[in-house]
Amino acid sequence: MSNVMDMKLVANIGAADIKGEPIRAGFGRGLLAAGKADKNIVGLCADLTESTRMQPFAEAFPDRYIEIGVAEQNLVTVAAGMAAMGKRPFVSSYAAFCPGRDWEQIRTTICLNDQPVTIVGSHAGVSVGPDGATHQMLEDVALMRVLPNMIVVAPGDSIEAEKATMALAGVRKPSYIRLAREATPIFTTPETPFELGKAYVVWEGSDITLFGTGTMTYQCLLAAKTLQSQGISAEVVHVPTIKPLDADTIVASVRKTGRAVAAEEGQMAAGFGSAIAELLSEQHPVPLQRVGMRDHFGESGEPQELLDAFGLTGAHIAEVAKTMLRR
Amino acid sequence: MVQLTIPQLEAKANEIRQDIIKMLVEAGSGHSAGPLGLADIFTALYFHILKHDPKHPDWDERDILVLSNGHCVPVRYATMAHAGYFPKEELITLRKFGSRLQGHPERTRLPGLETTSGPLGSGLSQAAGMAYALKIDGQHHRWVYCVTSDGEHDEGNFWEGMMFAGKYKLSNLIAIVDRNNIQIDGPTEQVMPLEDLRAKWEAFGWHVLEVDGHNMQSIIDACSMARAVTEQPTVIIAHTIPGKGVEYMEYNYLWHGTPPGKSDIAGAPPKDKQAAEALKELRTLGGKIRSEHE
Repeated sequence: MSNVMDMKLVANIGAADIKGEPIRAGFGRGLLAAGKADKNIVGLCADLTESTRMQPFAEAFPDRYIEIGVAEQNLVTVAAGMAAMGKRPFVSSYAAFCPGRDWEQIRTTICLNDQPVTIVGSHAGVSVGPDGATHQMLEDVALMRVLPNMIVVAPGDSIEAEKATMALAGVRKPSYIRLAREATPIFTTPETPFELGKAYVVWEGSDITLFGTGTMTYQCLLAAKTLQSQGISAEVVHVPTIKPLDADTIVASVRKTGRAVAAEEGQMAAGFGSAIAELLSEQHPVPLQRVGMRDHFGESGEPQELLDAFGLTGAHIAEVAKTMLRR
Repeated sequence: MVQLTIPQLEAKANEIRQDIIKMLVEAGSGHSAGPLGLADIFTALYFHILKHDPKHPDWDERDILVLSNGHCVPVRYATMAHAGYFPKEELITLRKFGSRLQGHPERTRLPGLETTSGPLGSGLSQAAGMAYALKIDGQHHRWVYCVTSDGEHDEGNFWEGMMFAGKYKLSNLIAIVDRNNIQIDGPTEQVMPLEDLRAKWEAFGWHVLEVDGHNMQSIIDACSMARAVTEQPTVIIAHTIPGKGVEYMEYNYLWHGTPPGKSDIAGAPPKDKQAAEALKELRTLGGKIRSEHE
């Protein structure tokens, strides 16, 4: 088994020298490009303009960039008001604060109000590292995907984040995009297809499906390579759009493989794996194991140290897959 | 819209108060005190102050009116119906299944509502975002009015919005605070004291006006004054009487979230007489019109 050719992924998946970049950097490029194409795009930030990579947009369009200060409830409600007047706001902060602190405002003034605001949650997951549990947002996918009208996207790398940002800019619906702080291996290329609402088979196999989203798709690819060397044929399905799920692609894969693992860098409860479980239990029940944070918080540490400690690695995903295949 | 004269506005506000009572009785739930207290302000807004077109709610030259304290929406619905946004017959569908008149206002359900509100403290920030957007677009001839309550000041989001509007000198934003001194659990100064309210707004960079919220001329003049203030947003602290027009409700916080006919409240007629008593009192202007004394 090999890469799915038309996905046009990089050739050196799993190599030590694979290039990495923070996913948030792709958002920064995407917002700048979207801002050039659409003068109604405005950027609002809660005192984290450089860190969330809104800086390039702020410098290029100072009249369309609004510093809100450390006030996340105001961040999203001012944006809702601007959207009501025809603007297309992107708001950025750390995911722990937005949507962590301002969920009700997002629910009422953006989702129920059906206003096209994109919430950019940076520094999601335990790979935030030394800042510790307060800043390692793990519940954002759960918080956002339960909201009617909301689109939820977790790009797999910085190149995909750029495409996702530009795609979201063209949609007049509420949306959430999840970004990570640390350099994440770049496994896609500018030619790799990306469409909102689509999941992609990025590695073909027949014994088990590994569903990945955000930073965990690359770990699923590593797991697939490991399993391949042990004679197990795993299929990797990259699911950058968590809501709405691409039911056709997801169900088609498990029809073939009959079992699955879903991996995410966040709480499993109500998160990505839960979304997969909901879909499969209704449409095509198969055994499913989730990899993620199981009802506990993170803690301070180096990013890789934490990912290892919490089992958010290709090695652990491969172990889980093998356990399932032994049953 | 044709602007009404002061006597016409006063008569209109009285009709709107009667409709509020009828709507609440039909619904069997909802808020009485706030909507009655705001009837004069909403009448002045829709029939004298706002630039708007009931036949074209999305008119791109219109002024914007945000209702932050969404639970007072019966007064907005009643005023909108009188202004011609939708048939008055629809008012009695308030809070009913399938109605456009949701218990708390939803923008996507009824043309003419500018946003969705209910959870308190977020309307001022939205209004500020609207005012900011108008400034970006150089639309200096349009105004954003935001009606808020005093109880809403308990919310942190509210002060964030105040600080934001002050920083960006949103002079096209006019907040109107319904200072009726009550909230659900009691008088505002007992639940969570707000005074010195004027000083607090001034400290956040706002121009502050205070008016009698039941005096049409004062309301109109204050909004006119607010539009003349540059370099600052303006807040009009409108002193109102909760339950205004229905004597047994006036000043009593127990009528905040209760419709006529549902509760025995000290000082009020028996439940089955509350609605008729309220309507009679409004028709007779509290007994001043002698022909109804029989």
